[in-house]
Amino acid sequence: MLHSDPSGLMASTSSTAVLFRDVSRHFGAVRAVDGVDLDIVAGEFFAMLGPSGSGKTTCLRLIAGFDQPTAGHIEIFGEAVEGVPAYRRPVNTVFQDYALFPHMTVLDNVCYGLMIRGVDKQERRRLGVDALKLVKLVGMDTRRPSELSGGQRQRVALARALVLRPKVLLLDEPLGALDLKLREAMQGELKTLQHALGLTFVFVTHDQGEALSMADRVAVFNHGRIEQVSDPKEIYERPRTRFVADFVGGSNLIEPALVRTWIGLDRPASLRPEKIALIAPGTACPADALAVEGRVTQVLFHGAAYRVELIAPGEGRLVLSVPASAGPPPKQGALVRAAFSRESLHLMEPG
Amino acid sequence: MTQAFVGAEAKDGFLRRLSDVLVARPAFLLLLLLTPPLLWLGVIYLGALFALLAQSMFSVDEFSGAVVYQPTLKTYAELLAPANLDIIVRTLLVSAVVTALAAMVGFPIAYYAARYARGKVKALFYLAVMMPLWSSYLVKVYAWKLLLAKEGAVGWFMQAAGLSRALDAWLAAPLVGGPSLSVSYTGMVLTFLYLWTPFMVLPLQASLERVPSTLIEASDDLGAGPGQTFRHVIFPLAAPGLVAGSIFTFSLTLGDYIVPQIVGPSSLILGQAVYAQQGTAGNIPLAAAFCVAPILIMIVFLTVAKRMGALDAL
Repeated sequence: MLHSDPSGLMASTSSTAVLFRDVSRHFGAVRAVDGVDLDIVAGEFFAMLGPSGSGKTTCLRLIAGFDQPTAGHIEIFGEAVEGVPAYRRPVNTVFQDYALFPHMTVLDNVCYGLMIRGVDKQERRRLGVDALKLVKLVGMDTRRPSELSGGQRQRVALARALVLRPKVLLLDEPLGALDLKLREAMQGELKTLQHALGLTFVFVTHDQGEALSMADRVAVFNHGRIEQVSDPKEIYERPRTRFVADFVGGSNLIEPALVRTWIGLDRPASLRPEKIALIAPGTACPADALAVEGRVTQVLFHGAAYRVELIAPGEGRLVLSVPASAGPPPKQGALVRAAFSRESLHLMEPG
Repeated sequence: MTQAFVGAEAKDGFLRRLSDVLVARPAFLLLLLLTPPLLWLGVIYLGALFALLAQSMFSVDEFSGAVVYQPTLKTYAELLAPANLDIIVRTLLVSAVVTALAAMVGFPIAYYAARYARGKVKALFYLAVMMPLWSSYLVKVYAWKLLLAKEGAVGWFMQAAGLSRALDAWLAAPLVGGPSLSVSYTGMVLTFLYLWTPFMVLPLQASLERVPSTLIEASDDLGAGPGQTFRHVIFPLAAPGLVAGSIFTFSLTLGDYIVPQIVGPSSLILGQAVYAQQGTAGNIPLAAAFCVAPILIMIVFLTVAKRMGALDAL
């Protein structure tokens, strides 16, 4: 089943790959997962994003079957999985530390699941070699995992899970141990692979950039609960809560009191750094825009942009992203005027 | 220029300069550290061992009983005489049975300790496994002789449990049986098993502890049930520990000469034969030849273990 059109997959909401209804996993007093509802659509690339200890990995383990919920209901492709052990579930996992079997060769690692299923040796070998080709790892069949680099091990782990054609592929921070360049290359490859195979990918990460760039939809976790589930653009531009605004992309959080003085509404708001522009001090503010004046406290060069931090008396700290192409950035200590449109002020849920 | 080094010069004592020399020449430092233990191991231990083995190349004059210092293979021919070969085969069998039983008893204990026991329970486990090693070896062996005697605790327990018939049937069986447990091979094996089990449990536990739990989860995830995971992942990874434990139990049984003297039938075990040959019989060359047997057996054992891939996960 090859899908070339990812939006086509998104449209077929009739089939739910993974369903959580009020699922909780408590370890004594610790509520690792606390009343989570999830609907992961078949064929989508779903990211679970959150800081460590937010419950995202526990949710993944609940899907895999390594852990059982203390309350709630889980279905995988319409089948209740309460009490179903991991080895009977139609899902496979790529582990954070890869978990390759050190006493087996690369090919034996990849063929492990097939061997368990009783696939005969010839067929096993053929499928294993194909899977290794799929992850672009050729000529390594007889090596031991200890002889491979981190990136190669990651590919073996991926091939080992994919060779079984799981209905859902679970990935637990699989790129965390790779260096930046390799990580970016793998992000692209994973996305391509997911499109080509048409599988449901559930991806756990604490890296917001990774989640936003790869996923069709992102669930943001905090303290065992889901704060927001949306497509990446929505998560970034319209965060529902302060936590989402702060965790994803480091937005400016505007307190309700300040929002009231600006636009007369008593709600917290988020303001993206790149939506604020610097204008010359003393110039008139464009119509329908808001302006604050402040002193620059820090200027950091980020390649494509400068990150400028300023303190506005009475309004507090504000972070701006100024494109590097816009000329030299303001000096530290300079008095500047920053303006933004009313629409760029995104109102969030109170509390 | 010199100004910058004033501070460093002020601290230059003899020890500091010695450290500088040693840090600059790591090979010399290594030599310095390794010489004493190598001298001990090389000259005193291996030297003595080879001196002993060299004795096996001599023979004993049949009339005078004096050692003839002429290189000959006569003593080895004597070693392969049926009576002596019997001793070797018997010892091999006893050692193999003790090792197999120790592995069977030790594995579940080690597995529990490595995978499930935490905190206090784990401390208790170490205590329980190690405690038998704290009391005197002789006391333990004599205690087993009494436990296994005809009127001993084991017999009493079997009677109380209504199993005295089973015990009698077992004792009536050839080879494993005898007049009572304390003079049977069963008793000897049980005593050895008790003595050497800690030496099997500890290395097994160490190797099981090193199996990451994600490997077990990965196997689980790839569709393997608990039995298959055990066979394909846990057991192969624990094999080096099993081999290490087996080396202990096997070689300890091969060399022991006190247990078979106190518990078990009157026929000799290898250790007893060495003891008898170098003591009462005064046949040092034959005693030395007997000593070669366990060394050869261990070499064969390790070679087979390596061939079977048991050391792959080392």
